[in-house]
Amino acid sequence: MSGAPTAQLPPVAQYALRLGDDALILAQRLGEWAANAPELEEDVALTNIALDLLGQARVLLTHAGKIEAAGRTEDDFAFLRDERDFVNVQLVEQPNGDFAQTIARQLFFTAYQRLLYARLADSVDPTLSGVAGKAIKEVDYHEDHAAGWTRRLGDGTEESHRRMQAGVDRLWPYVDELFRTDQLEQRLVAEGIAVDASGLREEWHKRVTSVLDEATLAAPEGSWTAPGGGRRGLHTEAFGYLLAEMQHLHRTHQGARW
Amino acid sequence: MTDRRQWPLWEVFVRSKRGLSHNHVGSLHAADASMALRMARDVYTRRQEGVSIWVVPAASITASSPDEKDPFFEPAGDKVYRHPTFYDLPEGVEHL
Repeated sequence: MSGAPTAQLPPVAQYALRLGDDALILAQRLGEWAANAPELEEDVALTNIALDLLGQARVLLTHAGKIEAAGRTEDDFAFLRDERDFVNVQLVEQPNGDFAQTIARQLFFTAYQRLLYARLADSVDPTLSGVAGKAIKEVDYHEDHAAGWTRRLGDGTEESHRRMQAGVDRLWPYVDELFRTDQLEQRLVAEGIAVDASGLREEWHKRVTSVLDEATLAAPEGSWTAPGGGRRGLHTEAFGYLLAEMQHLHRTHQGARW
Repeated sequence: MTDRRQWPLWEVFVRSKRGLSHNHVGSLHAADASMALRMARDVYTRRQEGVSIWVVPAASITASSPDEKDPFFEPAGDKVYRHPTFYDLPEGVEHL
């Protein structure tokens, strides 16, 4: 069933969808590397990470459905919502580009998710704290993977350095959105449910800048900032194509199962 | 993919939860030891197969040759007395 617009759901359901959509959409992007990665072993690594994220998304989308209490399942949220009802940040929907660009996206998002989950583990909402507490170990590994490749490529050959820097430059404008907070989030922060994203900014920069430094890469200065709006259902051009690929099977064969 | 050299081969050994020793589980290509270890984690322990991993450069392994199979292994074939099967176990010994 397609159900009410995301913006009309109870606040906690909306918040769970924000986190769940981040994980779901990034999992979908990483899944595009299956059978396409530069090495067989890396193919498995990227899809393992995708599956970790998908596992997080399943819990969070199911949680949103329970709070909404209108009978929607994780599949309903993943496959039957339209673009404007997805509330992920725009960073995770950005195209894979080359391998370096994918790694830059991983580095940026994973550092954010790691800091977020560390705080969310103390949420008074037991499902949110549970998924965060469990996922921290997964995300630790994702961060290690992304940082490792950033160092290798940045401090590698001339060509790999050029590509890694290009990936960083291409995605940097989407970083700012990660740390924007809004009324809904602030209300849930006050209730001890959510994490104030704006409070993660400083530590994120410390973490990411130290990796970039080691990798002999530079954080772009004076870069433009994307207008954002993912949390309000505003997305970039690439997102519609991603949804079409992700949803068409389910929409064509309603109720199809493994 | 014109003249790209392939990464060196590594042999992977995993100790399972209840296992006492590391067992050979397969091989993979990686640029260096730390990458090999991470890739081994992803390729060979994703279904909870292990609690410890070793990676060894395949080039560092010295193996017995199939040509030497007979002088190496054949002589042990008819020496049953090398098996500890001719002892009477004292009562109360359980884990032998």
